[in-house]
Amino acid sequence: MSFSFFLLVLIILGLGSYYFGKSKALALKQNDVVHSLPKYYGYYALVWFATPALIIVSLWLIFSEGIVTNQVISSLPDNIKTLPTNELTLILNDIKNKAAGNLVAGESFIGFELAAETYNSYSKIAENIIIYSSIVLGLISFIFAYISISGKLRARNRIESIVSKILLVSASIAIFATAGILLSVLFEAIRFFQIISFDDFIFGLTWSPQMAIRDDQVGSSGLFGAIPLFLGTGLISLISLTVAVPVGLMTAIYLSEYAPSRVRAVTKPMLEVLSGIPTVVYGFFAAITLAPFIRDFGETLGMNIASESALGVGLVMGIMIIPLVSSLSDDVISAVPQAMREGSYGLGATKSETIKRVIIPAALPGIVGGILLAASRAIGETMIVVMAAGLSARLSINPLDAVTTVTVQIVTLLVGDQEFDSPKTLAAFALGLTLFVVTLILNFYALRIVRKYREQYE
Amino acid sequence: MSNSSSNSSSITEIVNKGLKKRYRSEFMFRLYGITSILFAAAFLIVFFSSIIDKGYSAFTQGELNISIYLDPEIIDPDNTRDEEEIRYANYDKLVFDSLKNFFPSVSSRKERKELKALVSNGTSLRIQSLVLDDMSLIGKTLDLSVKLDSDIDMFLKGNVDITLDESQRRISDNQVKWTNELKTKGLISQKFNSTLFSAGDSREPEQAGVLGALIGSFFMLLITFIVAFPLGVAAAIYLEEFAPKNKFTDFVEVNINNLAAVPSIIYGLLGLAVFINFFGMPRSAPLVGGLVLALMTFPVIIIASRAALQSVPPSITDAALGVGASKIQTVFDHVFPLALPGMLTGSIIGMARALGESAPLLMIGMVAFVVDIPSTPLDASAALPVQVYLWADAPERGFVERTSAAILVLLFFLLVMNSTAIWLRNKFEIKW
Repeated sequence: MSFSFFLLVLIILGLGSYYFGKSKALALKQNDVVHSLPKYYGYYALVWFATPALIIVSLWLIFSEGIVTNQVISSLPDNIKTLPTNELTLILNDIKNKAAGNLVAGESFIGFELAAETYNSYSKIAENIIIYSSIVLGLISFIFAYISISGKLRARNRIESIVSKILLVSASIAIFATAGILLSVLFEAIRFFQIISFDDFIFGLTWSPQMAIRDDQVGSSGLFGAIPLFLGTGLISLISLTVAVPVGLMTAIYLSEYAPSRVRAVTKPMLEVLSGIPTVVYGFFAAITLAPFIRDFGETLGMNIASESALGVGLVMGIMIIPLVSSLSDDVISAVPQAMREGSYGLGATKSETIKRVIIPAALPGIVGGILLAASRAIGETMIVVMAAGLSARLSINPLDAVTTVTVQIVTLLVGDQEFDSPKTLAAFALGLTLFVVTLILNFYALRIVRKYREQYE
Repeated sequence: MSNSSSNSSSITEIVNKGLKKRYRSEFMFRLYGITSILFAAAFLIVFFSSIIDKGYSAFTQGELNISIYLDPEIIDPDNTRDEEEIRYANYDKLVFDSLKNFFPSVSSRKERKELKALVSNGTSLRIQSLVLDDMSLIGKTLDLSVKLDSDIDMFLKGNVDITLDESQRRISDNQVKWTNELKTKGLISQKFNSTLFSAGDSREPEQAGVLGALIGSFFMLLITFIVAFPLGVAAAIYLEEFAPKNKFTDFVEVNINNLAAVPSIIYGLLGLAVFINFFGMPRSAPLVGGLVLALMTFPVIIIASRAALQSVPPSITDAALGVGASKIQTVFDHVFPLALPGMLTGSIIGMARALGESAPLLMIGMVAFVVDIPSTPLDASAALPVQVYLWADAPERGFVERTSAAILVLLFFLLVMNSTAIWLRNKFEIKW
């Protein structure tokens, strides 16, 4: 039985249990008082059928692979079984490929074909056990539920308590996701810090993650000093904020204080388009159009500008962040009470004086919160820098140099072939952890500042 | 009195003196505002014109009309009509012979190679499949319009600087001469590039298309929607309608706000560590990509759905509770249907953002070079934004215009999704 057919059978049986539960309730209703509406008895029967079936299927999806693999390993010849784990993993991968009917480079040992067949037959057995046991168990539990349906059964209350539990679990997924992110990054990062000391990582001045395979290899020092990356990230983010903050803030001020409705009607969608452009497209623009332009422009001025200069990347990233800054500032500026403006006008101040001396100081906490959010966005931005920034880690704060960032290094370390126990791969997770912690702190404070500010005027 | 009046007149004087300067600074301030808006607008104009300018030419492709004699001596010398034999026949020679008809003088090894390179190297495969489909063609002459090689196509589109030395460019002097000759004979024409929409990735620009990436992205968005929408809506309903005010609820809220602001690349690390390494899901599969994007879209959907639920007036809830509905019945039978269009609108906008997202997909191996078009969410596949990234890195000149074309396709789908959202909002939005 194929998996999709099995799902179809489950769905049909599920619909059937709903129907039977409901019709029993309808029949009872003819000559008895029934507590809930008939459909709730249908749901009740459905839940009883589906719960055991779904539990078994999900257990299968999680564990079957491991169990089958263990069975296959125990059936392998002894000399293979005792191989180190990573070689065994390679052989197992070959076996799985063979079992799936793919071409395999070569049969590494006698009994290879047999192992593939064993793998297939065990998977088949496991599959059959699951399919039939889930259907049988589901039906048994449905029958119990069906028998228990009576006029006194409070089906609606039962269903409602299940529904509210489902709602609660869905809301808790946000916690699981955060915990999942933190743990998955943390575990690998801890493994990294067991190899490379934390101080070397945070305070080291050289980043050269290529590990030497032979002792005499040149240029493969395996140094993981992240300062150049932090500096590069900081430089690019700073350039982007120098573009985004004045432009975004002035746009927001103009839109909320000066602009006639016609200008607003054009500008708002324009900003939405700006924020809707995928970052990979910004990256392409930065790499193909803007960077060569800046380089050529520098040449005409007699300056030597790298074609992956931080300036070009920062400019494009700044433009990407403009909508974020302007929409956040717009929110806080319109939250400033009208009375404060009128007070200022009443004293004879011009509009711009009111804005500069009353509105901006009043909105400052909110604006700062918005800038912090924008900074966290700039630090975490990946595609623009991957496509347009440099790869080599240089200790430089010259915007005309090519610098690299934390996100660029995560991508270069993790894209392509990788082994999970080399410090090179694990370094990506250490960088990821740093990135996560820094953005978390920035976001947390930014959101707190913004919220406090809002409460102040509400 | 006189003292105060002279005093006030001197104040007026001071104010009047300063007025000119103040009005000036008022004007300047206003100018700054207009300048920043114009700056953003100018960027958008430069941006779109640059992409369209680079990309529009990819929608056409230079093709050459040739007649190919399907020589039985080459395809099937023993007249067996055996499929295996026909499959391995030397179709390259057929193509070369028909090209040689145009330029009989070609003889040296170098020239032969250059002549062969005029047309796409997929041509012989195409003839092979034509012959395999219909063996009665053998011995006949086939009039075909075949794709030119990408380098020649680039030359025709004016993207090759032929004033450079021959060794500096990808197209030789002979090829330039031949191409110009064929062009004056009217054998070369620009046709609609249907390959772009019907093929997967390829190393050859003229044979590369975005269909594989499109389908991969479609599968991903499907999984994202199936996973994130029900969960997000359920979480929103809980937080908006049922959650008690306590520490746990506050903690959930803090988490949601943080998730919405976590850099997308971190989600990629999560996908790599949890879905691929821990659960052993396949690399490069839209299933994993969809799950990662679902986690990313989840907070967006919650925030949008909560706003939609808040906009349903309390009178609806009060009326339902008043006639004896339970809290769950009220929410699911009355509040939820009214909030659904708003929830959908927010979700579609969130999904549009997920469609453009590529950083987390790089982490889970969706940068693999995949030629085949995926048929299930478990097959290896590319995604549209990742395809843009891959092509942007490719050295061939032909991929620059294809990258821009892929961007245009991506932007088109984003436009479609966002307009659908706006249409939904306008059609179903109820003003209470």
